[in-house]
Amino acid sequence: MTVNGWLQITLYVVIIIALTKPFGGYMTRVFNGDRTLLSPVLRPVERLLYGISGVDEKEDQHWLVYAIAMLAFTMAGFLSLYALQRLQAVLPFNPQGQAAVGEHLAFNTSVSFVTNTNWQSYVPETTMSYLVQMAGLTVHNFLSAATGIALAVALIRGFSRRSASGVGNFWVDVTRCTLYILLPVSIIVGLFFIWQGMPQNLNAYTAVTTLEGVKQVIAQGPVASQEVIKMFGTNGGGFFNTNSAHPFENPNALTNLVQMVLIFSIGAGLTNVFGRMVGSQRQGWASFAVMGLLFLAGVATVYHSEAPGNPAFAAMQVDQAPSALQAGGNMEGKDVRFGIANSSLFTTVTTDASCGAVNNMHDSLMPLGGLVPMFNIMLGEIIFGGVGSGLYGMLLFAIIAVFVAGLMVGRTPEYLGKKLESKEVKMAMLAILVLPLSMLGFTALATVLPAGLAGPENAGPHGFSEILYAFVSATGNNGSAFAGITANTMFYNSTLGLAMFIGRFLMIVPMLAIAGSLAAKKIVPPSAGTFPTDSGLFVGLLIGVIVIMGGLIFFPALALGPIVEHLAMTAGTLY
Amino acid sequence: MLKQIRPALLMIVLFTILTGLIYPLGMTGLGQLLFPHQAGGSLIEKNGKVIGSELIGQNFASAKYFHGRISTTSEPDPKDATKTIAVPYAADNSSASNLGPTSKALIARVKSDTATLHAENPSAPVPVDLVTSSASGLDPDITPAAALFQVPRVAKARGLSEPAVRQLVESHVSGRLLGLIGEPHVNVLKLNMDLDAMQGSRG
Repeated sequence: MTVNGWLQITLYVVIIIALTKPFGGYMTRVFNGDRTLLSPVLRPVERLLYGISGVDEKEDQHWLVYAIAMLAFTMAGFLSLYALQRLQAVLPFNPQGQAAVGEHLAFNTSVSFVTNTNWQSYVPETTMSYLVQMAGLTVHNFLSAATGIALAVALIRGFSRRSASGVGNFWVDVTRCTLYILLPVSIIVGLFFIWQGMPQNLNAYTAVTTLEGVKQVIAQGPVASQEVIKMFGTNGGGFFNTNSAHPFENPNALTNLVQMVLIFSIGAGLTNVFGRMVGSQRQGWASFAVMGLLFLAGVATVYHSEAPGNPAFAAMQVDQAPSALQAGGNMEGKDVRFGIANSSLFTTVTTDASCGAVNNMHDSLMPLGGLVPMFNIMLGEIIFGGVGSGLYGMLLFAIIAVFVAGLMVGRTPEYLGKKLESKEVKMAMLAILVLPLSMLGFTALATVLPAGLAGPENAGPHGFSEILYAFVSATGNNGSAFAGITANTMFYNSTLGLAMFIGRFLMIVPMLAIAGSLAAKKIVPPSAGTFPTDSGLFVGLLIGVIVIMGGLIFFPALALGPIVEHLAMTAGTLY
Repeated sequence: MLKQIRPALLMIVLFTILTGLIYPLGMTGLGQLLFPHQAGGSLIEKNGKVIGSELIGQNFASAKYFHGRISTTSEPDPKDATKTIAVPYAADNSSASNLGPTSKALIARVKSDTATLHAENPSAPVPVDLVTSSASGLDPDITPAAALFQVPRVAKARGLSEPAVRQLVESHVSGRLLGLIGEPHVNVLKLNMDLDAMQGSRG
């Protein structure tokens, strides 16, 4: 680890802290329906969209209606994306003549993009036409992100409203989020990305003869417009197979920094939206602190495990030490312009959030370096998290933490003036426990079926890690991978598709039920016996609950994968 | 329930038009107008012919060129489409090795490459980025250490003096942005083009 490496990580942290409050303020105005700077331009567009689709923007929806609207919207998106892929061969914007996508792969990809997962069983540059990339995948990068954010706002309204029957209007939340937040940032940062070297064209791939006289075909496409929303919406599905490691998707260290800022910005900003809507920004900063501390622990662990390099190279004439002339460290699966510090930081950020873009190959991380991204996703991606899903995941854990604190002192727990009763706690547990059930259940299935065992390309515990990571990533709607797994098979496309579906909707529905039930409650004024939820004590308790629950549930599986691999590596065993 | 179906269908259509066609096509137009070189893929020409992109690495095997990172990309086998063959720096099929740290295949590859490179320049240990494969399979850069390590071989193969080649390498080192962000690196293609130009100018 170097001083410069830590300075770069510090710079990133400072930018996120500085963005949180102003961006949170802007987002709060958007979701409260207030006028913003962009209203003169966007308000007519907004009204036009409502008018055509028959939405009454004044309607306040019961949580069940909100959930049904969300499910109907997602289903319609799934169908349109599936159809686009199946028909791409006869549709325009296909200069490479990509053939129709097969049915299992099209199913997997459609579920993947509408659930904000962006798991990719395919190589984009040899599979998808530009039309699918634009009118299919880019669209769902916007809409699945807007859906996640809308859901988080609905839950916040559950806390902030008193004796209310509704939690907001799904169509209004999605529309305003897309128009006022996602699109403007995508246009501005997208142009910046083009300036920095990302292609944005509709040309066929460029065939060249290299300096040494070999033929090289350079993939092209409308990259920048997809890249920006891929990061900002924590989607993570690459335009190219190697994602944000590809020089066209991430040309230099500055675009890399901006991409990482995009990943966290909405998740961090939403903690402030939460604070503002419940009437105390300190409540938001308490969530921010829990997330921030868990983030720092993760990045320190990855950086610490990647920086010394691979001990198996120690006996060879290889220089892995950092110096002014090289980053050193474990450079397998990493690009030179990012080196160790920026690769470690990116890995942590992309799995704290549900982004899943990668600028280095997680499969080639050191065992403990690879454990961190897996553990981050296992915890439910609540460390800033996926846009929206991070905050609602964290609030579910906060409900459990307040419940645990209530048990200790024998009082009915309250959170933000709302009495938490058995219904809320049950629903929170259901939402939290469905994730490990899918992650571990499918992993167990894959390790006993021949079709599952055929997937991993590495042997030994690392092969197990590849399977585990796949189902963890799919269920967590992350989409990153230990990519040395052959997942474009019927078994993996179907089971991973199912895992993505479970991880998204079986968490959302109980969460919305909590939102509805909380909104209907009165607000109890705080008394001497109220446990303050904006204190350091609460931050500590919440971290404890998260880590203990995650640890207890997942330790056995992690022990079989990365931990045993680490021990074997220190003993000099190879597979 | 049924009341939500109409907005679901229409919203998907409307947002597909807005974020799936107007937005990316508008960005394409703006990009071509404001930054045509970058939007077109940062292509570079030599004697009027496009020879690559400054952002995309190329394979260099000859002793007289600086070599880049190991690339594990592949292409379909022209003889049998169900198989693939190793084609380094295949810029229409990016991929990585995905070998784990305890993989026998990884250690064997590194061992053999290290032995070859060490024989070529026994004066120093081999910089790690020369024996490890990149994430993108298309890494355009190597570290300054890896470039300097290759100076003796390149100078000898071209009949140039080592200090002259070293000086060229040093002039190609891109430092950190503002002295802080990123890692120092050398663009291999640009370095090799200037190397050809340098020798060309001396006849």
